[in-house]
Amino acid sequence: MSWSVETLARARSLADRYPQKRSAIMPLLYMAMREDGYVTEDGMRVVAELTGLTPVQVESVASFYGMFKLIPQGEYLVSVCTSIACMLNGADDVMSSAEEQAGVPAGETAADGVVTVEHVECIGACGGAPAVQVNYELVEGVTSEAVAAMIRWLRENRPETITAAELQERFGGARSFDPAISEPQGAIGPFPAFDPYRTAGGAS
Amino acid sequence: MIEHPSDSHTLETYEATGGYAGARKAMDMTRDELVELVKSSGLIGRGGAGFSAGLKWSFLAPARPAYLIVNGDESEPGTFKDRQLLERDPHQMIEGIVITAVANEVHEAFIYIRGEYPLPARRVQRALAEAYAKGYLGKGIFGTDYELEVTVHLGGGAYICGEETALINSLEGRRGEPRIKPPYFPAAKGLYMMPTIVNNVETVSNLPYILEHGADAYRALGHDVDTGTFLFSVSGHVNRPGNYELPHGITWRDLIFDVAGGIRAGNELKTWIPGGASAPWFVPSQHLDDEITKDACGKAGSMLGSGAVIVMDDTTCVVRAAERVVRFFAHESCGQCTPCREGTTWEEMILRRIEEGAGREVDTDLLLDVADNISPGLLWPPKMTTICPLGPSSVSPITSITRYFKDEVMAHIHGGGCPFD
Repeated sequence: MSWSVETLARARSLADRYPQKRSAIMPLLYMAMREDGYVTEDGMRVVAELTGLTPVQVESVASFYGMFKLIPQGEYLVSVCTSIACMLNGADDVMSSAEEQAGVPAGETAADGVVTVEHVECIGACGGAPAVQVNYELVEGVTSEAVAAMIRWLRENRPETITAAELQERFGGARSFDPAISEPQGAIGPFPAFDPYRTAGGAS
Repeated sequence: MIEHPSDSHTLETYEATGGYAGARKAMDMTRDELVELVKSSGLIGRGGAGFSAGLKWSFLAPARPAYLIVNGDESEPGTFKDRQLLERDPHQMIEGIVITAVANEVHEAFIYIRGEYPLPARRVQRALAEAYAKGYLGKGIFGTDYELEVTVHLGGGAYICGEETALINSLEGRRGEPRIKPPYFPAAKGLYMMPTIVNNVETVSNLPYILEHGADAYRALGHDVDTGTFLFSVSGHVNRPGNYELPHGITWRDLIFDVAGGIRAGNELKTWIPGGASAPWFVPSQHLDDEITKDACGKAGSMLGSGAVIVMDDTTCVVRAAERVVRFFAHESCGQCTPCREGTTWEEMILRRIEEGAGREVDTDLLLDVADNISPGLLWPPKMTTICPLGPSSVSPITSITRYFKDEVMAHIHGGGCPFD
């Protein structure tokens, strides 16, 4: 196992949180991505050991879900929604602009390893269409120009943490609804910034 | 739902405005009393299937442990109501979870939130921590000896996990493939093959109001059999897209032109999807003055579903719009059933070639033939050839554009390309 003793302890307590350890596969796969940047063979072996399954059983789950990335990703995963509500508001142009600025087609990582672009299906931001996520932090009301500027900004500044509030202020427009209070926490790495093992009442 | 101020994602504000009064009340009630209360409120599940919440509860088999899963996997194109409830009012949902758990003698609940919603998930996580600290969750809630544990589970980016049996498989650590019903009705055999209630975020968020104000007050908010209020997510070519909490019974004209501010840039309304990407489309010449009720939508051959209204103006190419909706279903098909896996892919390919100018004269018939193989008779609600309704839902945009916009489809084929390009 390549995970630290501390990480493994957190992972075990997470698996214990569920009535059956197998249920912890998905949160453990997110932990595996946090360890290695994507879901590696090693990561799947660790998850298999923690849940009492075989690595191939873990892979059968990992390969089903679009957010478990089985190949290396850039530091910043730029996901452009091109589903119906975003498409009606110009998302196809936003997608082309993102591909052009990144220098790679959707689904690929730029040669510098900084930015991956992908197109995604509906991300629940239809009232603020077109919408984009960077490492799953949401920005709404994005234009072609804004997405290009955003990718340049990511490359030039390499921010350690991505927050929805900062993205929205710099590159966003109209939103689905008033967010009331901006969210201080943000993403580090190309996976959702959510710590399953800190689930209330469980391990902390 | 109860109106709370903008920072009601904190426990302090939520309680200051009456929060958790409903949960306290529920602690003193029996299962039968609670199920009867919710049944008589007429609360309909808000996940899209439109089933009575109280009735769903009453079906829960007696075996224990039983589980509660709150479905926050909101992924239907056009729908963004649960995101607002999770982000802005997580305590209202948690209070609803307490009420549901007590009503169904459940001691373990899971909130399944789609993976693309990390911010809402963090908000919920913090709200849960507050509720645990206050003794509203955990061992001995509200000073009783009742135990209730709640865990947030993040999805992995699969629309199909909104289907309740797929969600259960996903929560068990499996591929998100729907189970064959019967026998796998969750109320009988759900999570770990034990009795399980699966309720939508919006559904449980309605409960605090019902507990606090009673079934009659809740019914009075609504319209006829569609009790309470309903969250409409309006998107597309309107001046004021957003979530609107309204009673049923207003007309589509009211919703689109009054509430949502009309069509942007002085364009004309062309068509709209009344209840999420799965629903057959409506057109102004036939449906604009229809009342918005579950029954009226059903009689008109569509559904209110999750309340996602996607509005398209006259600059919209319906072939492109249909292709985009069908592409979604092709992308999200879990692959178990051949009609869905193969059919949605063919539908997408044929629509794309029509849009790109390579359509053939026979393609509209071919499209309908493929569609008929997924959904025999092209009826609404559809006849099923598949385990779940995902495949049959992909047929809706195709029957809609061939019914209302056949000329526009044929113009693509005869003109060798899209007239809107």
